Amino acid sequence: MIPEIGHFALILALGVSLSLGLIATVGGQHNRADWMAFARPGAQALWFLTMLSFGCLTYAFFTNDFSVVYVAQHSNSKLPDMYRIAGVWGGHEGSLLLWQLMLSSWMLAVSLFSRQLPAVMVSRVLGVLGLVSVGFLLFMLITSNPFLRLSEIPEDGRDLNPLLQDPGLVFHPPLLYMGYVGMAIPFAFAIAALLNGRLDAAWARWSRPWATAAWIFLTLGIALGSWWAYYELGWGGWWFWDPVENASFLPWLVCTALIHSLAVTEKRGLFRNWTIILAITSFALSLLGTFLVRSGVLTSVHAFATDPTRGVFILLFLAVVVGGSLLLYALRASKVRAGGSFALVSRETFLLINNVLLATAAASVLLGTLYPLLVDALNLGKLSVGPPYFNAVFAPIMMVVMLFMVIGSYARWKNDSAAELVKKLRPVAIASVLLGCSLPLLAGKWHALVAMGLTLSFWIILASVVQIYRHLKDKGPGQVTPLSYWGMHIAHMGIAICVIGVTMVEGYEAERDVRMGMGDTVTVSGYTFKLTDMGERLGPNYKAVVATIELTQNGKMITTLHPEKRTYLSSTMPMTEAAIHSRLSGDVYVSLGEKLDDSTAPAWAMRVYHKPFVTWIWFGCLIMALGGTIATLDRRYRKKLPRTNTPPAQPTDHPPGVTRRVNV
Amino acid sequence: MKPRHKRAALIAGGLASLSLATYFVLNAFQSNLVFFFSPSQISSGEAPKHRTFRVGGMVKEGTVKRDNLTVNFVVTDTAKEVSVSYTGILPDLFREGKGVVAQGKLDDSGHFTATEVLAKHDENYMPPEAQHAVDQAQKTIQTLK
Repeated sequence: MIPEIGHFALILALGVSLSLGLIATVGGQHNRADWMAFARPGAQALWFLTMLSFGCLTYAFFTNDFSVVYVAQHSNSKLPDMYRIAGVWGGHEGSLLLWQLMLSSWMLAVSLFSRQLPAVMVSRVLGVLGLVSVGFLLFMLITSNPFLRLSEIPEDGRDLNPLLQDPGLVFHPPLLYMGYVGMAIPFAFAIAALLNGRLDAAWARWSRPWATAAWIFLTLGIALGSWWAYYELGWGGWWFWDPVENASFLPWLVCTALIHSLAVTEKRGLFRNWTIILAITSFALSLLGTFLVRSGVLTSVHAFATDPTRGVFILLFLAVVVGGSLLLYALRASKVRAGGSFALVSRETFLLINNVLLATAAASVLLGTLYPLLVDALNLGKLSVGPPYFNAVFAPIMMVVMLFMVIGSYARWKNDSAAELVKKLRPVAIASVLLGCSLPLLAGKWHALVAMGLTLSFWIILASVVQIYRHLKDKGPGQVTPLSYWGMHIAHMGIAICVIGVTMVEGYEAERDVRMGMGDTVTVSGYTFKLTDMGERLGPNYKAVVATIELTQNGKMITTLHPEKRTYLSSTMPMTEAAIHSRLSGDVYVSLGEKLDDSTAPAWAMRVYHKPFVTWIWFGCLIMALGGTIATLDRRYRKKLPRTNTPPAQPTDHPPGVTRRVNV
Repeated sequence: MKPRHKRAALIAGGLASLSLATYFVLNAFQSNLVFFFSPSQISSGEAPKHRTFRVGGMVKEGTVKRDNLTVNFVVTDTAKEVSVSYTGILPDLFREGKGVVAQGKLDDSGHFTATEVLAKHDENYMPPEAQHAVDQAQKTIQTLK
């Protein structure tokens, strides 16, 4: 009964989002206050129905209702409670339902936190999101219904993929999806502004906090995914340039560009065309990501099922969304006037350069991700693009981005003098080069790439510290520093911290595959590992072989590590569970391989790593997200605009935002 | 400089750096493509020697031999075979009779030395490359009959 309620709620949700999409959008176009009044309650009803449906599926999981196909395939009566709930999004159908839940949650948030927006804008934004939701609900109901029943109820479920049985499953998908789906919000704002026919600074200001919020979730989701892969897959890597990772990274890159382009559009009324294009692109890329991950064209832990109809549906949806919005853009582009001019040396120029660079980075990642699929689809053979390509292309671009990041934050809007900038930044440049080039010497081996990475990281950190110090010193007594200022500096320093981690790991990590018998030792980067015991352990739904390894450094005992090799009872699938000793200065990582029974004495294959500063990578992402959060809390975004409370009977088609035209 | 000239210079500079970037990207792209060959293609001499590529198929039953950390096994697409060696820890789901994809180089004697053996993530899941190799081989066998 409960699964049927969930199914029914989904069908109702489709009806609600269809009417929301039509009534709110058309109401907005014809300025009908009564039609527009449907937007907020409609979005809230949609959220309620989706939540109800989601709740029903969760209930089916929790009560082990194996009559539901999806539950039977992704759960098991021995599965611990935590994974019985998180298992809801452990497969294709459920993760789509989670996707829909996230979309309707964003819509709920827009309906609640949009009091400062004109009704017509809210109506259009929610209307566009309603149409997006129609697409997803149709997709779910037609190709991937999670509530389908089995005629013969199996004794027990097939169990969740052991790789997914980890706390990472509880947090990674919801965060990542929140970010992915969040790209729909700036997209909807852009479409609403195009429907409005007037792209002004007000639109950019309304859109900014939402774009940043989505970016925060995406940052956290990607970082968590990377960390999870690092400790779970047992290979010690934190980024593989796997197509699925790229699928989430592409919208991140474009969204990063979008956030900065929106800043220019808000402050100076410039780059409006570019901002619109970026907003459309970031949503299109997150749909493309869905296609790549869900259509089964990829070999990945994320590719749950191979069903061509699903892929075709998403491709069609993608074509409609991108085609429709580009058509609308083409019709309206002529109305977008240029905002004003700026000098060659100005903040606008540097932001533009970095925007173009981020777009270039995204394009080259896209090329490497799609090319093999394209070649395969055209039956021209099978090939793959290796990580060396991505590293070779991505690293240089990011170096230049980091260089201009600082100059951009120092330069004034509109016009600045190059000599002034050089004067202000020279000490920072000298200090960062000195620090960056000398610190690697302490590690014993000088490494050009590490020196480069550290120099750029110090360049960002020192520049931010100096700028904040100067700002606080020169600030008048009553002057309040806007939160967005702090947000920017914190996020930039987060990048620097992340880059320190990346370069240190790439430059100084050490790895060894060894054969270890009882009592054998191996030394890597000054750490000595000694195998002292092998035992067995019984988990809730697996049994494991556990090694005991004593870790010493310079004869001093540090800790004991327990890497495991698990065999899950329901699927007999083996799983390596690495043991990690984590410190600020680096991780020591051991994973247990198979037993080598070729010789008389028992021995095991083992892989040991030393990964200096690896945790800084994820810590840096956390700081970036913190910076983003602080920036979205800026009062500017919550300020009530003078005329927003008037009923939209009069033409609020021209919202009271300021379209600043600055003549130089 | 007049604003018009400035804009022209800006656009020219932008285009120049963009084409330079494109050149580097495509160059890196070209040199990092890893092609895939099935055991049948290797035995017919289609695969290059001493250049990194991928081979895929099934691990032939009874062929996995360990010598310390080095593992030797035979990859088959049901028609032809290629012997592969790999030093290091194999992925969890490496099994005899199951699909595998290995990346490495072929030497003059036709032996494939793998630097990487790709992990599958699910026991029921066959790597598409391996599936492709087996399908191709089966098709050839069918047409020869």
